[in-house]
Amino acid sequence: MRRWAPPALQGLVLAGAVVLIVLLPRFTSEFRLGQFTYVGIYFIALLGLNILTGYNGQISLGHAAFMAIGGYTAAILILGQKGFELAGQHPSHVLPEHGMRPLFTIPIAGLVTGVIGYLFGIPALRLAAVSLALATLAVAVSLPALAKRFEHLTGGGGGLSLPLPHTPFGWNISTPHWLYYEAWATAAILFVVAWLLVRGRVGRAWRAIRDGEIAAVSSGVSPAVYKTLAFGISAAYAGVAGALFAIQVSYINPDTFPVTLSILLLASVVIGGLSSLSGVIVGALVLEFLPIYAQTPPVVHLNFAKQAGPVVFGVVLMVIVLLVPGGMASLIRRLTRPVTAALARKA
Amino acid sequence: MTPPLAFVWSEFAQQVTSGLAAGAIYASLALALVLIYQTTNVVNFAQGEMATFTTYIAWTIMNHGVAYWPAFVLTLLIAFGGGVTIERVLIRPVEHRPELVIVILTIGMLIAINGLTGWIFGPEVKAFDSPFPNRSVIVGGVAISIQDIGTFCICLGTVVVLWLFFRFTTLGLAMRSVAFNPDASRLMGVRVGWMLALGWGFAAALGAVAGMMAAPTVFLDPDMMLVVLIYAFAAAVLGGIDSPVGAVVGGLTLGVVINLLGSYVNFVGQELRLPTALAVLLLVLVIRPTGLFGRVVVRRV
Repeated sequence: MRRWAPPALQGLVLAGAVVLIVLLPRFTSEFRLGQFTYVGIYFIALLGLNILTGYNGQISLGHAAFMAIGGYTAAILILGQKGFELAGQHPSHVLPEHGMRPLFTIPIAGLVTGVIGYLFGIPALRLAAVSLALATLAVAVSLPALAKRFEHLTGGGGGLSLPLPHTPFGWNISTPHWLYYEAWATAAILFVVAWLLVRGRVGRAWRAIRDGEIAAVSSGVSPAVYKTLAFGISAAYAGVAGALFAIQVSYINPDTFPVTLSILLLASVVIGGLSSLSGVIVGALVLEFLPIYAQTPPVVHLNFAKQAGPVVFGVVLMVIVLLVPGGMASLIRRLTRPVTAALARKA
Repeated sequence: MTPPLAFVWSEFAQQVTSGLAAGAIYASLALALVLIYQTTNVVNFAQGEMATFTTYIAWTIMNHGVAYWPAFVLTLLIAFGGGVTIERVLIRPVEHRPELVIVILTIGMLIAINGLTGWIFGPEVKAFDSPFPNRSVIVGGVAISIQDIGTFCICLGTVVVLWLFFRFTTLGLAMRSVAFNPDASRLMGVRVGWMLALGWGFAAALGAVAGMMAAPTVFLDPDMMLVVLIYAFAAAVLGGIDSPVGAVVGGLTLGVVINLLGSYVNFVGQELRLPTALAVLLLVLVIRPTGLFGRVVVRRV
């Protein structure tokens, strides 16, 4: 990995980012805060996708499906049998009687989705890059149909309404603030985990497989082990993001995680920068704000149709692919090089 | 959910014929994917959206009072031109970059064209005329809808025309040689770049046929080809992603099998047709990654 700045500066930027995230709620409206909560949630999903696609070279157009699995897992656990009965539905009897605290369902959702992702990673081993993209896209397209079919667990097309979230443990902050900190604290933990994974032995194996499977095998790296592991971990990240999403909107139905989201997730990872953890934050900001600002661009006071979002998104993606293959991360790196180089010389 | 049906031959034959009609649409789009795969070596994820967009163009032309068949031909020409332009402008610059890069570029096209379709033509669902009467003919006690027959004939007719072109014209030979060995073709004086562009043009035109044939039944909306595209992918993979014959056989097989499963297996029903197609896709990929007709690629170290 090429460092984009001396470690001390890297640490400084990271510390600055943390301070900014912690203090942000003081300066924004509750509406904006909600948007930044989504940025945190997307950040987690994109971290996972970047592990799979960026570091391991496996493409996935189905990550919204993994988010949906996480979201449904959390929703079902939060409701429990009682919750289902209150909604006038007949749940299956494997469910615990009482619902769980939303916070505790997040790791379980991650675990369940991770296991499913790991299992999906096994047949995926046999697929070349392109077929894998197809297979994952097919998963994303068919998951809503499956969710509608297994009505007794998912509430079918009507979905599941969750009890409105509230701040737990009697802490003295408003619910939107709590949801914001919940998302970003999870994001921070998972960022550190991703960083540790990527910089160490596992990350080295992932990158070796991405850059040349045969060379990796001859160096004693087992593609089967590491590729399925990447799939599992990546899916677990998506599952956690999905759980947080379901808790945030306190509702889930088959259209909460549409195919479009899967596609936009991949697009955002590429726009942010493949195999760049710092690029993921750019990707998350793009995913949340680009469609909004494309529709109502600031400064010029225009109002376009809703479809302006995807059009601009697609064009930005194409421009990035054609002109800046490293994504925004590499662009920022290139633009700040004079400064970082000067600092490095001084240090 | 429908109650289990008693098995009736005419009913069965009817399901097979309507499956063949749907399969012919999958086959056209699958063949479009194969055409691009053979030349550019990637799967074009924007194929379905390109087809949708051109179908909207056909709709617009017809709304201006042009009859169906002239509009049909005009749309094919526009689609062809569009396909060639996309290859020249967008794909050309990334031709020698890794597969993943080109795939992501086509995904960018997918997002942009899908948005553009909704932006220009509006998101609401539109009816699209069929050139065939809405009647059935009875053949040996089996009612076959004329629309199904027409769809089947048009789709397979296009495929046959395309096959004749590749088999019996010099240009077709040149295109096949480029797919087989670009470097040798270049040395023989074939203009490889333009052959690739023509391949994209033909693929876009095939997609337009698929779109116009699908639109009367699935109705015209910006997302109409997404599901068809998945079926086409499954068909192409089933037949072997680099085999044109495989794409056609795969498309027809998939159309019939899915239709039969949907009507005779209660568990599958209407809703689970797509996941079933996905299961077929995964199964084939795992057991026989090259598909039924695909070439086995030997990797050398």
